[in-house]
Amino acid sequence: MSASLDKGVRVLKEVMDAPIASYFNSCVHCGLCAEACLFYTETGDPKYTPIHKLEPMRRLYEQEFTLLGRLSKMLGLSKPVTDEELGEWQELVYNSCTLCGRCSVVCPVGNDIVYMVRKFREGMSAAGHAPEGIKGAVKRTVTIGSPMGIKLPAVKAQMKHVEADHGIPIPLDQVGAEYLVMLSSMEIINFPEYLAAIAKIMHQAGKTWTLCSEAFEATNAGMQIGNSDLARVIVSRIVAGAEKLKVKTVISPECGHAYTALRWEGANLIGRPFGFKVQHIVEVLEELRVAGLLKTVGMETDRLTFHDPCQLARRGGVIQPQRNLMNMVAKDFVEMPDAGFMNWCCGGGGGASAIEEGEALRMEAFKRKKSQLDAVKPARLVTACANCRIVLEEGLEHYQMNLPVIGLTEMIAEHIPDTAGGD
Amino acid sequence: MDPLQFLTWVRGTGLNLALSILVLGVLWRLIEIYGLGRKADLSAQRDVSGASGWHTIFRRSVPAPGMLKTSPVTYIGGYVFHVGLALVVFLFAPHIKLIQSLLGVSWPGLPSQMVDFVTVVAMAAMVLVLIDRITKPVKRFLSTFGDWFTWGLTFLPLLTGWMAVHHVLLPYTLMLALHILSVELLLIFLPFTKLFHAFTVFGSRWFNGTVNGHKGVPV
Repeated sequence: MSASLDKGVRVLKEVMDAPIASYFNSCVHCGLCAEACLFYTETGDPKYTPIHKLEPMRRLYEQEFTLLGRLSKMLGLSKPVTDEELGEWQELVYNSCTLCGRCSVVCPVGNDIVYMVRKFREGMSAAGHAPEGIKGAVKRTVTIGSPMGIKLPAVKAQMKHVEADHGIPIPLDQVGAEYLVMLSSMEIINFPEYLAAIAKIMHQAGKTWTLCSEAFEATNAGMQIGNSDLARVIVSRIVAGAEKLKVKTVISPECGHAYTALRWEGANLIGRPFGFKVQHIVEVLEELRVAGLLKTVGMETDRLTFHDPCQLARRGGVIQPQRNLMNMVAKDFVEMPDAGFMNWCCGGGGGASAIEEGEALRMEAFKRKKSQLDAVKPARLVTACANCRIVLEEGLEHYQMNLPVIGLTEMIAEHIPDTAGGD
Repeated sequence: MDPLQFLTWVRGTGLNLALSILVLGVLWRLIEIYGLGRKADLSAQRDVSGASGWHTIFRRSVPAPGMLKTSPVTYIGGYVFHVGLALVVFLFAPHIKLIQSLLGVSWPGLPSQMVDFVTVVAMAAMVLVLIDRITKPVKRFLSTFGDWFTWGLTFLPLLTGWMAVHHVLLPYTLMLALHILSVELLLIFLPFTKLFHAFTVFGSRWFNGTVNGHKGVPV
């Protein structure tokens, strides 16, 4: 056994728990999870059946944690997990799984398959079988501070632009602010409208907020690759920033997995509950709306639809707020089939969008999104995740669909009157 | 050993042996599985009514939105076979008598013609899901020896029971003995094959419902 395989097996043994044991023992090979997975439905290849993506982990479970399994291992009746096998499984565990969790909500025996894939990735990355694209993103996040290699000066430059364009100051490192606003690299580089939108919204609501010079990047490639040690390093920066600035709430940006990393995995990664609240920007906007602090004027009149980011909706429990917000500014808001809880993934979540060699498969899987869109024929597509947005744009371009994609926060902000100069 | 001696053995020693293996096996497997425990979730819980492990135990018996249409055979065949099997096992008068002799509790049964009809329907559903397993690429791809073996283990008691009642092929005594033997094989293998989902299904649904319920997602 090679040293890396040995490490992978050791890590896998550590993550096995009662839920995983229960799930493996419950599977009856009915194959329903395949019907829930866009990588199967769009390719028809049975190897993309979600439960099959866990086969090496299942065997290891059986061989190490069951009496009969140990016995058959001793007698040489069961095949040990090998390096080659894990290498072969890399495509199934990363390229063809976006951690969207659709399989987990259809399994009739109740198996939370995505829970297991997330844990399997711990072993896969420890054994060295993770895609180069995500490895690079993790390395850059740990050493430079963001997966796209962005440093503070880039953020500061963007702050200056927004201040100049809108006349609203962007607070940095303000102790005692109510909100700490996090960004994703994608927003810093590709969607600067987001920061401007936040500034306008917070200004109108009269809320105090701040950016943090030591923690501005919300995304967590460590979680995507499945390395809890590195995920902890990354999330600890945000915790330290929030505690230093004594904020009440940390706002996760329009990014699905950043929300999961911070809202659900964060406290577990650092091993203690947070002393502050974590909310996705959509939840904050909804709270402001309900409190009457978000006042918009005018309506979009073209046909709009909303793509639910998996980590926000099915995996995060935020489904209705984005609809209330859409209805606030859109006259012709239509729902795609399966929208909301059962929405189909863009095809690039869970780190998949960073995997270059997975692109052809991603485009194949995008046919599912295309058919959802074809059913309602919107003029524009709204979402609340910068990664979804990029992946959607790539897919739409690939299929030559002329459909602009916009962020929900930025669309809301466009309907807030510019009052910066007035008060 | 003549048929009567055979019947006496399966009703006595055989049954005791099978039940002992079943009970000890189930206990062992439950400890082996659930003894692994899990870590407490330290993230702040989102409370949403209907999002809990207990809700999921029941809710997961209903297909998720859109799924019935994609896999009607799996769902309908699955329902008919599971409900049929439960009716036959627990509501056939001779079975209730056996349970009464073992546990001291009893309940009213179904008329035997009705049980007869349910048995045939359950067997038909089992044949249907078997054909589905052979013909559907995903199911065939996932299938292992255990899937075919446990199908046989489950089908045989239905078939031999029906044949015994109808005096088909073999004399009643011998067929009844074979029927009981087939049930004993089912009980012996239950803890060590995928048939154990009969127990873990509740734990799995509960874990899934609890883990996601913590996030306020009713799954």
